[in-house]
Amino acid sequence: MSAIVNGAGKVVDFVDERITASNWLKRNIRKVFPDHWSFLLGEIALFSFILILLSGVFLTLWFKPSMAHIVYDGAYTPLRGTGMSEAYASTLELSFEVRGGLLMRQVHHWGALVFLAAMSAHMLRVFFTGAFRKPREMNWLVGVTLLFLGVATGFTGYSLPDDLLSGTGLRIIEGGMLAIPVVGTYLSWLLFGGEYPGDDIVSRLYPLHILLFPGLIILLVTVHLMLLWYQKHTHWGGSGKTNKNVVGAPFWPVYVFKAGGFQFIVFGVIILMAATIQINPVWFWGPYDPAVVSAGTQPDWYVGFLDGALRVMPPWEPEIFGYPLTLSVLIPAIILPGLILTPLALYPWIEQYATGDRREHHVLDRPRNQPVRTGIGVAFITFYLQLWIAGGNDFFATVLDIPVNWITRFIQFGLIVLTPLSFWVTKRICIGLQRRDRDTLLHGRETGVIMVSPSGEFSELHEPLDPHSAYDLAFRERQLPIDPGPATDANGVPNPSYKANRRRARLSRFYFGDVVQKPTAEELEAAQHHELERGDRQQELTSGQQ
Amino acid sequence: MKSPSSRPAGRRSRLSRALSSRRRHPLAAIAVLVAVLFTCGGAYAALAPSASVSTDAASSTQIDDGKKLFAVGCASCHGLGGEGIVKEDGTVLGPSLIGVGAAAVDFQVGTGRMPMAAPNAQAERKPVAYNDEQIAALSAYVASLAPGPDVPDEEDVDPSAGDVARGGELFRANCAQCHNTTGQGGALSMGQYAPSLTGVSPKHIYEAMITGPQAMPVFNDETIPAQDKQDIIAFLKSVEEEPNPGGLGIGRAGPVAEGLWAWLIGIGVLIGMATWIVTRSSKS
Amino acid sequence: MSAKNEDMNGHSSSEIVASDRESTPASTSHEADPIADPGLHHPPPRLTDVDPKAERRAERQVAGMFSLASILLVLSIVAYIVFEIAPDDPDDGVSVGDVQISNFTLGITLGLATLLIGLGAVQWARALMKSPELVHERHELRSDDNIREAALADFETGTEETGFGRRKMIRNSLLGSLALLPLPAVVLLRDLGPANGPSPVDAKETTIWSEGVRVVTDVTFQPIRAADLELGQLVNAMPETFEDLPDHGPERINARAKVPVMVIRMAPEELHVAEGRENWHVDGIVAYSKICTHVGCPISLYERTTHHMLCPCHQSTFDLADAGKVIFGPATRSLPQLPLAVDGEGYLIAQSDFHEPVGPTYWER
Repeated sequence: MSAIVNGAGKVVDFVDERITASNWLKRNIRKVFPDHWSFLLGEIALFSFILILLSGVFLTLWFKPSMAHIVYDGAYTPLRGTGMSEAYASTLELSFEVRGGLLMRQVHHWGALVFLAAMSAHMLRVFFTGAFRKPREMNWLVGVTLLFLGVATGFTGYSLPDDLLSGTGLRIIEGGMLAIPVVGTYLSWLLFGGEYPGDDIVSRLYPLHILLFPGLIILLVTVHLMLLWYQKHTHWGGSGKTNKNVVGAPFWPVYVFKAGGFQFIVFGVIILMAATIQINPVWFWGPYDPAVVSAGTQPDWYVGFLDGALRVMPPWEPEIFGYPLTLSVLIPAIILPGLILTPLALYPWIEQYATGDRREHHVLDRPRNQPVRTGIGVAFITFYLQLWIAGGNDFFATVLDIPVNWITRFIQFGLIVLTPLSFWVTKRICIGLQRRDRDTLLHGRETGVIMVSPSGEFSELHEPLDPHSAYDLAFRERQLPIDPGPATDANGVPNPSYKANRRRARLSRFYFGDVVQKPTAEELEAAQHHELERGDRQQELTSGQQ
Repeated sequence: MKSPSSRPAGRRSRLSRALSSRRRHPLAAIAVLVAVLFTCGGAYAALAPSASVSTDAASSTQIDDGKKLFAVGCASCHGLGGEGIVKEDGTVLGPSLIGVGAAAVDFQVGTGRMPMAAPNAQAERKPVAYNDEQIAALSAYVASLAPGPDVPDEEDVDPSAGDVARGGELFRANCAQCHNTTGQGGALSMGQYAPSLTGVSPKHIYEAMITGPQAMPVFNDETIPAQDKQDIIAFLKSVEEEPNPGGLGIGRAGPVAEGLWAWLIGIGVLIGMATWIVTRSSKS
Repeated sequence: MSAKNEDMNGHSSSEIVASDRESTPASTSHEADPIADPGLHHPPPRLTDVDPKAERRAERQVAGMFSLASILLVLSIVAYIVFEIAPDDPDDGVSVGDVQISNFTLGITLGLATLLIGLGAVQWARALMKSPELVHERHELRSDDNIREAALADFETGTEETGFGRRKMIRNSLLGSLALLPLPAVVLLRDLGPANGPSPVDAKETTIWSEGVRVVTDVTFQPIRAADLELGQLVNAMPETFEDLPDHGPERINARAKVPVMVIRMAPEELHVAEGRENWHVDGIVAYSKICTHVGCPISLYERTTHHMLCPCHQSTFDLADAGKVIFGPATRSLPQLPLAVDGEGYLIAQSDFHEPVGPTYWER
């Protein structure tokens, strides 16, 4: 053991003599990392990504990214004699002739599904807790870009085996491109090397999938982590935890072992899924043939919302200047992703505009304390989930025995009605929770013990919170709508920025107008005084049995 | 256990005393119930009309038997002569069966779809209401109305004599769009559906192709010859028996199911792990 | 780049915000906290911290997990060797059951091994590492004002040394060349598409269907006699000229994305014949393009009883008894119909190519 330590010491010595390593080590080796389960969602994404990289390298050693047409003569007999591309044939080879090949394919694909799910969950966590506020707006942008790159990498990846399912997806992409005005046909021409499908697309998607997109992801993940490292992780406020400190376990050894251990746990769970649950059985789908389609054709889950949008879109195709503008395809395939990504990316600035808040924020918000932000998030999730369900409408129609047309109609209706409804319901729930918090602070915790006063009045005994819990519960800011100020100053000179101030004040009122504030010190004192008086007057009501 | 009888003790028979003394026995109710059940069951078995049809192979008897069965079980929707019934508003109560052939009857009745339990978007597979002889009789009767597709011979539908790979190509080109590439079935419009093909007998698969039941189109032997149909059947049976090398098949349903499980199991288990990781071990 | 005089929280003197309070933004109240900070809540000691037996047990637990992981790793190699998938006779083809066993054993051993390593590491940290809870101060992220000014001054000095502002000719010519720099990169991508041949728009307007081309069954390529088709029959069909296409290259697969048709027979009285299409059907036999006009999936979910054709991708539904009109779903154009006729021997043939481009709508359609 001491030999290892000595050896390690020699290495560190070597490096330190050349790049002053100990400076950096001294500052960072005991860096503090706050602990909360929701802080590990990003780690799930990171660790599943690493597993994807490792399994992906394995796959590249056998996969042939070629659409050259061959007649299959490999090990899987139900497809012998069938014409297919070399890409598909090499995928069959990996699955049936390489030990561990099917396992690695499944690790890679389950890993990708988990990667995108973890990124989405992580993004939602950051959103609902306000961790995107200053100074972390840049990291938020990096994150949104990573999410987009993840979807792009996933799509290019599952299109590589050139099976019926993913080939149908490529056809839909081509149809989507054709709908783009003026340049659509040319864009499709360039991407596919001529008419659809040509024999270039798989070999063109291949370098995007194994080199360009993962390279960008690695680069951006590094930026993401560097920003996080430098700015330090946010934490929940409370006893001893303020906006000016960070409390938690030291990087070395606790965080290294917990995070490093979690890495292996993520590996293990994904590998176990790959060992026990089949995913993307391409031999059942058959090779891609543009004249063939299967019932139950869906893209991977993270593209499902786009397919759903295509399914529920009404058939609008107005004419402009004598040319057809296929909105029924353009809106779901091209405009919708932009409509989702843009406000998502810009959200930190939208909220900053509403609050006028330019301070650094290192303490997280409880979602209930930001009813409008939380409501917006839930409305977004509702919208997204409805589109995802729409994308699987024939699957749900079969499983639930409902006509597929009804599901389409219901989602069309729900997108317009359920989405704002979910915002409103969430906001009211948050405000209700805030009221309960305020009551708990003012009157204490309900104990379940019933008291009766001499006049016969029943009431419940409340127990005051202990100082730690009380402080934790009260740890939030009072947020009030912005006051736009007077339209004119004392001398009657109109304020030039009054209109802009008023617009901002309106948005600010939307955000904070209904918020239930925490009690002031005076209100707290008054309430505690009231409780003491009441406690003196009443006797505890005990149950009948002695 | 006291007897509530008001008669003086000596006047009652030994039997009646014995019986009445057991009237209030805890198992008395069960004994009565069992006795009644056996009585009713026995009476039914003895007195109910015989369900079995004569096994006489003479076809004219078979057609007569079929006609009788038809009149009872099918004519209310399909008409006494199988000509079909159209209501005044134009909706078809039961389509004409003239020319559908023995194959159609063998399929519809043999899979339990007919007789239909209630008007629906589509008749569904359910427990078969008739036995094999009755189905043969019905088929013979309907076949006698006009020439139509016959029930195939067993060798014609034997999966072991079909080319699985070729059957797969044919299936994917002609059938997968409705039934899915592994025959899991799929949704059609307005409540109709292409059913799952797992567990369907080779004979019924053949008959469905050749008669085009309900929403399914017809694939006659001129455009998909009998050998091709046998290949398709061989493929379907092969796919059905083939294990899932990757583990649980999760319905062979595709990315919707896969996405659900990635979230439920993948993210679910990992979040569970995360809640454990951030804690310290049990306190003293 | 002028340096605004901003305080620690981002408020400058030119701030629009009405409130002028120093450390809080306009939307936050100035009221003091109602409760004082009681300081960090220190968690109670763990069982392993006070009880040496518990500590040893935890040690054994962790070591046990690591040891079990080692065993499983070795077992995975054993599984790789023992559970073969290559058939003894290559002509036989693989047994899928063998692949299932191999996948399962390799995956379970490797998965459990990695999981156990992770669990052991985490449990070590949870139960045995005596690290205290640390508190670090966060430093303000904004640089000190004097450093900002010094940096700015250095930059301005360097800029002044270039004379960039004064030397307008250099500046303009540099900017000009930089603006043009990305253009060749874009232009170099032009040959992603074919250098010659028909334009994308022209290519969409014709297919290999033409007058007299026989309609043949897909996969088996047999010609179709009109008299052989029954009412309610569906045939997935191709043009006979498909087989003349070259074997290598993309022409065959490209054709399969344009020319497949569905041939259906319905009773002539059920067919609502559109104007100008009176002779497109042969005694109730019609042919339609199989490529959906929404985004191009091949369709052919024919619902016999209603004559509707459903596309499984996005549920566009077409009425084949009414010139392929769209009756449900997002498709905007009716399905192109192929005019049919019969040749001298009674086989179905096309009268001509489609009268409109096949597949999804595009700008120049």
